Amino acid sequence: MSTLEEVQTRVHVPLVQPRLPRQAGVIVGVIAAAFGGLLLVLGMGVVGSVLLGVLAFLVVLPSWSLMVEGRRGATDRLMTGLIWTSFAIAVVPLVSLIWRVVSKGVGRIDGTFLSYSFFKTQIDQPVGVYHAIIGTLLITLGAAIISVPVGVMAAVYLVEYGKGNKLAKAITFLVDVMTGIPSIVAGLFAFALFTLIFGPAYVSGLGGSVALSLLMVPIVVRATEEMLMLVPDDLREASYALGTPKWKTIVRIVLPTAIGGILTGITLAISRVIGETAPLLLIAGATDRTNMNLFDGAMTTLPVLIYGQNLRGDAPAEAIAWGAAFILIVIVMVLNLAARIVGKIFAPKKG
Amino acid sequence: MAKSIDVSDVNIYYGDFLAVEGVNMTIRAGAVTAFIGPSGCGKSTFLRSLNRMHEVIPGARVEGKIVVDGQDLYEPGVDPVAVRRQVGMVFQRPNPFPTMSIYDNVLAGLKLNAGKMKKSAADDIVEKSLRGANLWNEVKDRLNKPGMGLSGGQQQRLCIARAIAVEPQILLMDEPCSALDPISTSAIEDLIHELKNEFTIVIVTHNMQQAARVSDDTGFFNLKATGEPGHLVEFNPTKKMFANPDDPATEAYISGRFG
Repeated sequence: MSTLEEVQTRVHVPLVQPRLPRQAGVIVGVIAAAFGGLLLVLGMGVVGSVLLGVLAFLVVLPSWSLMVEGRRGATDRLMTGLIWTSFAIAVVPLVSLIWRVVSKGVGRIDGTFLSYSFFKTQIDQPVGVYHAIIGTLLITLGAAIISVPVGVMAAVYLVEYGKGNKLAKAITFLVDVMTGIPSIVAGLFAFALFTLIFGPAYVSGLGGSVALSLLMVPIVVRATEEMLMLVPDDLREASYALGTPKWKTIVRIVLPTAIGGILTGITLAISRVIGETAPLLLIAGATDRTNMNLFDGAMTTLPVLIYGQNLRGDAPAEAIAWGAAFILIVIVMVLNLAARIVGKIFAPKKG
Repeated sequence: MAKSIDVSDVNIYYGDFLAVEGVNMTIRAGAVTAFIGPSGCGKSTFLRSLNRMHEVIPGARVEGKIVVDGQDLYEPGVDPVAVRRQVGMVFQRPNPFPTMSIYDNVLAGLKLNAGKMKKSAADDIVEKSLRGANLWNEVKDRLNKPGMGLSGGQQQRLCIARAIAVEPQILLMDEPCSALDPISTSAIEDLIHELKNEFTIVIVTHNMQQAARVSDDTGFFNLKATGEPGHLVEFNPTKKMFANPDDPATEAYISGRFG
């Protein structure tokens, strides 16, 4: 009976606490937006009004919450607001960049833009970026052909064979260092290499591929390594226990299990190098003609073309640059989508 | 097909650490042998040394003789891959290959090793193995579905089917039921009874009732003290072991008075 009394005398802890109305965020948001709009009308700059509007939101909502909900609720509102703000800060430049490229570039795209090069055989022939699209695709393809096998196999060595030995640690360190080399250094390396082999003034798309693959390999190695480490040891042991040799276990069990992630990593690496300009200016040169031969002669890629047109600076050249930038973004997007689809197809399935 | 295993003076190391010391035993052909003992006493380590899976871990090695069918598994020149084709293994956690269908999982061992085979022969092996693992009736209509879509108990039986499809002489089971519910456990214990006609089975279990139910012989492993290597305390027919063990430590463990 004493326990019963104790229970009754215990402090009643209410589970219901005062809360702001559900639309509190929206209400304060509208007020803050109105405040920002007012500042804009009063003659303040766009950036200033937006900043002060956001600041107003970040002050008013937590303060209101502090009065009604107490400290914990106010902190929660403040942190939520800050996180959304950071998110917006991260996304705004990206969206504005895409918007600008699309709005400026899409108007220039037409059939002739995609199917003619800069090289004119008649005086009234339209110009297009066909030669640069071909150059971008061929040089990037060459870079992928060089770096995907090297990168994937290096990662297989690091995870499956090297596990923790000194050589593997040294390679991992060097790969990390390579991730950070400036792209111009990769270009200079390719330039020096090909000059040593073929003599001075050598330009070719292949040189560009070599330079780009130098930038690609570390990314492919890193991505593949991460993915291979995610494959559970259980699967390797299951395969060994069936009497499967190690190399077959890697090829038939480990790589297929990780293939989705590896493909994503490869695509990311391609997206990273497809926009490179500096190394290609050095070793692949620039040309107005369509060059289908990776092994001989200058090749223009889209970034190099954009750079060149931008240097010229007149209105038609600028329009071409925007159009080319738009095409480059579309190519990267298509690659990413393709990688996602392929990754989905190969991903381990359930049910 | 079933073969016996003669183990003499086996020491098992992880790097410099001696994990299991001085094991001697004879595992009978066509019988079920169970290993019991507290966690960390080296039962699983010893089991993994029976098909040279122990050395998959970097720095791990085995000393002594493990003779199967007149051949020492640890003789120089013995190919561990060849050993594992003769001595199959089922693991504690079900681990079907996630990229493969049920059908391909069963055939994994054969396909990975032998390459192409005729469709009809492959179908026969799949049905025989799945029937052998008591799984055929549950999955025969969805052989092309992924193996990961099965329940835990079904996955474990799929792993058993995969192990027996390569027709080993010996089947090692490392706590095959510890991740399963009682119904699935019972299904697998029934399966062990049927399989022992064809295979020599060695099973590690934490469950003493399970050892008593399924095994013909039992080995009790224990640690002398914390940090000391594990060793085989007693190896006897299961009936004798559970009724009248030779060693007082065994009796203490089995009756729950473990100290």
